Amino acid sequence: MSSPKSAYSIPTKKGKLDTHIFVVWVDNESGVLARVVGLFSGRGYNIESLAVAEVDATKNISRITIVTTGTPQVIDQIKLQLKKLVPVHKVADFKREDKNVIFKEMALLKIVAQKKKIEKCLKECKKFNPVILDKTNKSVVVQITALRREIDKMSKKLKPLGLTSTSRTGAIAMTRGAQTFK
Amino acid sequence: MSKLYTGAEIVFKCLEDQEVEYIFGYPGGAVLPIYDELKNHSSIKHILVRHEQGAGHAAEGYARSSGKPGVVLVTSGPGATNVVTALTDAYMDSIPLVCISGQVPTHLIGTDAFQECDTTGITRPCTKHNWLVKDIKELPKVMHEAFKVATTGRPGPVLIDIPKDIQFAKTNYTKFKKEKKLNGKIHNKFSEDEINQLIDLISKAKKPVVYTGGGVINSGPQASESLKEFVRLIGFPITSTLQGLGAFPGDDNQFIGMLGMHGTYEANNAMHDCDLLINIGARFDDRITGKIDEFSPKSKKVHIDIDPSSINKIIKVDLAIVGDVNEVIKSAIKKINKKQNGLKDSNKQRISKWWEQIQKWRTKDSLGFINSDKEIKPQHAVKRLYELTKNQDTFITTEVGQHQMWAAQHYKFNKPNRWMTSGGLGTMGYGLPAAVGVQIAHPDKLVIDIAGEASVLMTIQEMSTAVQYNLPIKIFILNNQYMGMVRQWQELLHEKNYSESYSEALPDFVKLAEAYGCKGIKADNPDELDDKIKEMIDYNGPVIFDCHVDPNENCFPMIPSGKPHNQMILGPSDKEENKITGKGKSLV
Repeated sequence: MSSPKSAYSIPTKKGKLDTHIFVVWVDNESGVLARVVGLFSGRGYNIESLAVAEVDATKNISRITIVTTGTPQVIDQIKLQLKKLVPVHKVADFKREDKNVIFKEMALLKIVAQKKKIEKCLKECKKFNPVILDKTNKSVVVQITALRREIDKMSKKLKPLGLTSTSRTGAIAMTRGAQTFK
Repeated sequence: MSKLYTGAEIVFKCLEDQEVEYIFGYPGGAVLPIYDELKNHSSIKHILVRHEQGAGHAAEGYARSSGKPGVVLVTSGPGATNVVTALTDAYMDSIPLVCISGQVPTHLIGTDAFQECDTTGITRPCTKHNWLVKDIKELPKVMHEAFKVATTGRPGPVLIDIPKDIQFAKTNYTKFKKEKKLNGKIHNKFSEDEINQLIDLISKAKKPVVYTGGGVINSGPQASESLKEFVRLIGFPITSTLQGLGAFPGDDNQFIGMLGMHGTYEANNAMHDCDLLINIGARFDDRITGKIDEFSPKSKKVHIDIDPSSINKIIKVDLAIVGDVNEVIKSAIKKINKKQNGLKDSNKQRISKWWEQIQKWRTKDSLGFINSDKEIKPQHAVKRLYELTKNQDTFITTEVGQHQMWAAQHYKFNKPNRWMTSGGLGTMGYGLPAAVGVQIAHPDKLVIDIAGEASVLMTIQEMSTAVQYNLPIKIFILNNQYMGMVRQWQELLHEKNYSESYSEALPDFVKLAEAYGCKGIKADNPDELDDKIKEMIDYNGPVIFDCHVDPNENCFPMIPSGKPHNQMILGPSDKEENKITGKGKSLV
């Protein structure tokens, strides 16, 4: 069968998919998240994770961090389309591989098991700044901060050891050094 | 203490400050306070439509023909949902609209109140921006910002949702001063260097083509003047998208016709074979590019557009100039005149062979058709309409379908803002209400809606509006009893299975016209066509012209699905060799 042909064209060359992290500064007003998320769903872009909160209460600015994948062309479009939204002030985008940017996610893990197993779990978590938030005879709630794939790995590892519940945030990002994104 | 005004008063104060003359609307429970206030503002006239979609399209017609934003006023719930089609249409074609909708009182929002809907939620993806005004103090600011967003940068529709209690609530109002230099989200910061690169490409090209779009129209009448000067200076052939028709004179020798799916043979071949493509204010729409992979394979591409997100969206370009079309062209002209005095003549020599090739393509006469003396051919009807109206300043609107393409192919536009058609969204039922809006903006001009019988029935109720305001619009229906474009695609792609594309039980359009209180004219013989068209033009009042045409005529030339620009179907004789095959069928 020959390649698909159409007046609605279908690209025969498929671009490589890159993972990018977008940081978007927006006015903290009602509906602004819907505008950003609606842009992604309406244009068929994909959201891997999302984190949003107000960062400047006096100026009423929220910071949205979105992890997404796409071809370079799509990534470019996402950026330009985001910039067109009225409540959007600025948009930064970073490649996940970018060494100059710190990415972090947080997870809360609840482990229900015997003491021995719980201790084993805590040992596994050591690398990821574990904070014990709650502890009983049979359970523990640990907070860890790490990269997405590290948390993925941890979840897998801890499942047989009694991990019963996981709650995770989306990634947030910050550039290294004294520079800030203008 | 300064005087307090109600929300409804503030709406009108803002409209007055924005120099709005007409609003198109339909009253209802949630906008009654605003309607109550209407009588106190004599500079603003309200045009009562028969359906909110009609209000939206009429405002579009008004905006496109006048260059001013169109204003729409509708009620909550169904009023707002009915206007969604028109908002989406305006969004796709970049038309400035300001839509004011009523909303249930703030304390009832979210309770599924009578005629409540999530208007800002529903219209979010089809407006540039929208606002739900929950605080009366915000209203003046929001109103003025709405006009700014709608009219600056790449224009588009906006919506302001005003709950009924806000319309009653009171606040201060300080007179608004229009900023001279509007900025905000506008991009007009192209550099000298980019212009130099453009001139460099121009001076090297051997097979260039200029491809212009609706952005030239949106940039204002000045942009069309600049475009003319620019294109004559460089001597390049120029083609236009559907939306850009009229920016460059359609009867000029440098104009090689519309391009795209139903564009001319010479325009599409020039696009395919060129070595320099200058896109001015167009967006590489899929009806233009055909197969992306084989789109203009040998050319350097330049894209001039005010919207940065249009650049590299579909076609990767070698030089992007983000800015207002008029500004960019003007600085290019300046550069050419100043620096390269010889360019003018050297250009013409260098591209003379290219022009010879274009002349060869022209001899194919791709818009040709076999005329008949028994039946009226639709192309013939449009041609006659053009010949009989070209001596006056005529405004044409269309619906969507075969008639729209025939109008685009055979009616020649010499000025911008004379051609109003739904291109991006392809909204059947656009033309009649749009004609209402155009006639409001230009009361003394001839306004014709070239229509199809199926399309026009979608918004035929607006004839009642035309009669109410004595708007002498002419509805010129090319009646072939089919949804013609659907029928054509079924013929070419679906083994002539004319599934549901034939309209049985069509109304008698002459009697329908009379029922609305306007004039009906029917023509079904080529011999009487001219006289009847003249009768239509001469009649001072709205007319429905029922022009019975050959029901089996197809719109050619056509780039069939899955084919690049240089493989067109040219007409009845050419059809056999160029069948659409394989997956192309399912993907159109």
